[in-house]
Amino acid sequence: MSIAWQAFTPWSALGGGALIGLAATVLLSVNGRIAGISGILAGLLRAPGDRAWRFVFVAGLLLAPLVLHFFAPGVGVPPAVVGAPDARFLMLAGLLVGVGTRLANGCTSGHGVCGLARLSLRSLAAVAVFMGTAIVVVFVLRHGLAGAAA
Amino acid sequence: MSVSQMNEHAPLAAAAPATAGARALGLIGALASGLLFGVGLLLSGMTDPAKVLGFLDIFGAWDPSLALVMVGGITAARIGVMLIARRGASLSGLPVCLPPKRAIDVRLIVGSALFGAGWGLAGYCPGPAVVSLGFGSSSALALLVGMLVGLWGVPHSRPRR
Repeated sequence: MSIAWQAFTPWSALGGGALIGLAATVLLSVNGRIAGISGILAGLLRAPGDRAWRFVFVAGLLLAPLVLHFFAPGVGVPPAVVGAPDARFLMLAGLLVGVGTRLANGCTSGHGVCGLARLSLRSLAAVAVFMGTAIVVVFVLRHGLAGAAA
Repeated sequence: MSVSQMNEHAPLAAAAPATAGARALGLIGALASGLLFGVGLLLSGMTDPAKVLGFLDIFGAWDPSLALVMVGGITAARIGVMLIARRGASLSGLPVCLPPKRAIDVRLIVGSALFGAGWGLAGYCPGPAVVSLGFGSSSALALLVGMLVGLWGVPHSRPRR
């Protein structure tokens, strides 16, 4: 293991993270709801009523790049992905994300931020498992099984 | 009553229907929260799949930045958790809906493993995928198609009583 110091961006990561947590605090204290993105999206797709606040929240997510561009042009939008995986691969990855987060009742936001902030053991278990699996998948893709055996 | 006793399926204030004022406040809160959340994801680097994969690649040239996103996020979200625990009600008067306490079960573990696999394959978790669609990422669009099918296809789990 070596640390890529040239890629390390501690302040934007900490500041951006604090905004994410602040957003969760706003939704919880004003609306009484957990800011879990997968749950909010699933609620839009499946919940019989109570769609309005979910719709408005998702609209806020979609408008965020535009709003950020207005105040700070060029900040935040990552460079276009070089050698992006093809659409079928991305859809498969998305399907795993969708099915997995629904079975687990949460993703990086619901379990990783809100659940851990609530000191939930279930969320801690979820985070350990999804981080661990993601690390293994990236390892296999980047360094191969031959690297694992070495 | 403690926060943990509040239940998604039996909200505390369910008896009284939400007033128009409460609902309007709720919509403003949800819009502000969605915007803040999205801007936070953009600034933090979470919407850059290359950076996410660099964070997950702990055996390669590891970029630890995104661990700090979690530190900042959990710390700031803790404020809301303590606020709602102290007040026992939301600022708008809308019912507080928190996930009920449940055991760690197979569904949680299998689901988290599948989610982690998808996250590791492409570098997108749900929030950044939605935000990236907002700046016109075709990769995010393809991923979202699969993700919405998955979210739609799995029924919500009800806790057993």
